[in-house]
Amino acid sequence: MANENIFDAIIVGAGPAGTTAAFVLAKAGMNVALLERGPSAGSKNVFGGVLYATVLNRLIPNFWEQAPLERHIKGIKIFLISPDNAVSIGVESQAHNNPPFNNSFTVSRAHFDHWYASKAEEAGAMFLTNTLVDDLLKYRDKVIGVKVRGEEGELYADVVIVADGVNSILAEKAGLRKPYARRQVSLGMKEIIELPRSVIEDRFGLSGHEGVELKYIAGDATKGIWGGGNIYTNLESLSLVTWVAVDPMLKAKVKATDLFEQFKEHPFVRNYIKGGETVEYQAHLAPDGGYDATPQYFTDGLMIAGDAARFLNASVHYEGTNFAMASGEAAAKTFLEARRNNDYTAKSLSHYQKLLNESFVMKDLNRYRKMNHFAEKNPEFFGPYFDVITQAAIDFFTVKEMPKRTQEWQMIKDFYKNLRRVSKSRFPLLSFIWKAIKGGISFI
Amino acid sequence: MKIDDKLALNLFHIDKKPHIEINQEICRKCPHKACTYVCPVENYTLNEGEVVFAWEGCLECGTCRIVCDQGSLTWDYPTGGFGIVYRLG
Repeated sequence: MANENIFDAIIVGAGPAGTTAAFVLAKAGMNVALLERGPSAGSKNVFGGVLYATVLNRLIPNFWEQAPLERHIKGIKIFLISPDNAVSIGVESQAHNNPPFNNSFTVSRAHFDHWYASKAEEAGAMFLTNTLVDDLLKYRDKVIGVKVRGEEGELYADVVIVADGVNSILAEKAGLRKPYARRQVSLGMKEIIELPRSVIEDRFGLSGHEGVELKYIAGDATKGIWGGGNIYTNLESLSLVTWVAVDPMLKAKVKATDLFEQFKEHPFVRNYIKGGETVEYQAHLAPDGGYDATPQYFTDGLMIAGDAARFLNASVHYEGTNFAMASGEAAAKTFLEARRNNDYTAKSLSHYQKLLNESFVMKDLNRYRKMNHFAEKNPEFFGPYFDVITQAAIDFFTVKEMPKRTQEWQMIKDFYKNLRRVSKSRFPLLSFIWKAIKGGISFI
Repeated sequence: MKIDDKLALNLFHIDKKPHIEINQEICRKCPHKACTYVCPVENYTLNEGEVVFAWEGCLECGTCRIVCDQGSLTWDYPTGGFGIVYRLG
């Protein structure tokens, strides 16, 4: 190495996006620096709770044999809840108990990200922790390196890959996006709640490394505000999450911390965490509506990946880690292509956009781009409508001394009456059906 | 569960210098005080109409930075190695 502060590529942020880029580049023999502002990889990271691992399994085949994982997700249960009623649907498969375990695992990010960064290091990347990047270095508008706070000072590279998470001040400094508007972000809060392994397995019907996700969609989970709650099973703890869209939360004038506590204490939630002991509390922003908010993912000498580029699938799937890894890999591949041509201009790096467009990343972002718009325009959908739907389901199964046909007619009449009460439309049923289809398409 | 009890569970490497600063003059005139609703650790509280700010329990989530549209916040990451250190999440 001629100069110890000159690299082929510098990657800012050792989350799934940055570490993937570093791993792929180091494997290809590049001289790369992976910079992490925390004392270790994963020490700043917050996510919902599931690692989606299709890309990882391609990069490190059978990674589950060596990575620190909690449980594989064999099934998911989705809840619509009102204050008193709940409707749920569960999907689970025995097939998911075998490799590749449906490519979904609960992990502790402090442990998993640490392991993953060590794989990049083993592959030859230089991994620097406690390293905060304050600014980009430019020469004639081309990014040529980064300015690190403290003694490392200035580091230079042909390309900087910015993967420093949702708040990415560097993406703003590169001119690739403006600061967020309130309606473009959600706030997630999470508690890690310890419970004995046997209690978790009995409570959720699990054995060995089997795990499940419980997903509560808006409704009374978030007091009618667009958002949701989740419970994920780890080996000896549960992750309890509440997330809410920031703009509607402000309009409703409720406190985020109150929403979280209400979810925890909800009759359809509290029994799952009963007796558990909270051992850590986390919170973070998540990017929503990524497709329309970031016009471009590259500029001269720079690419952005992962949450920094708003690569998150805001839908019923809510996947982010696989988007991060796919974009990190695409950025690395783009670098290798640019290196062959010795051209690191925006024109050359536009190959990144092409790779993203061809992958599930942009296709899914595009598909679900209307989700937040729908949630914003139809706030009644996540509160009053949920009450009406769950009430109808309860009425159907309520045991009464009357013929079922009479009871069903009563249920339908009550459903319509309740719908008229909460709907603003002159044609409540038509409006409900239309919105259910529209919301369904944008969400599922 | 109170927020202080939750934060007592977390590991922080606290820097001497705050990474977020607010301008009280601007906050006093703020019409919405949105920060007091969104902060997941209740670092922004109201006391007789004034925003009181503490930064030690900050989880660096970035929400205040987005909702403050009055230009009161100077928001930066803590110096490398400082701030919240998640051990489990």
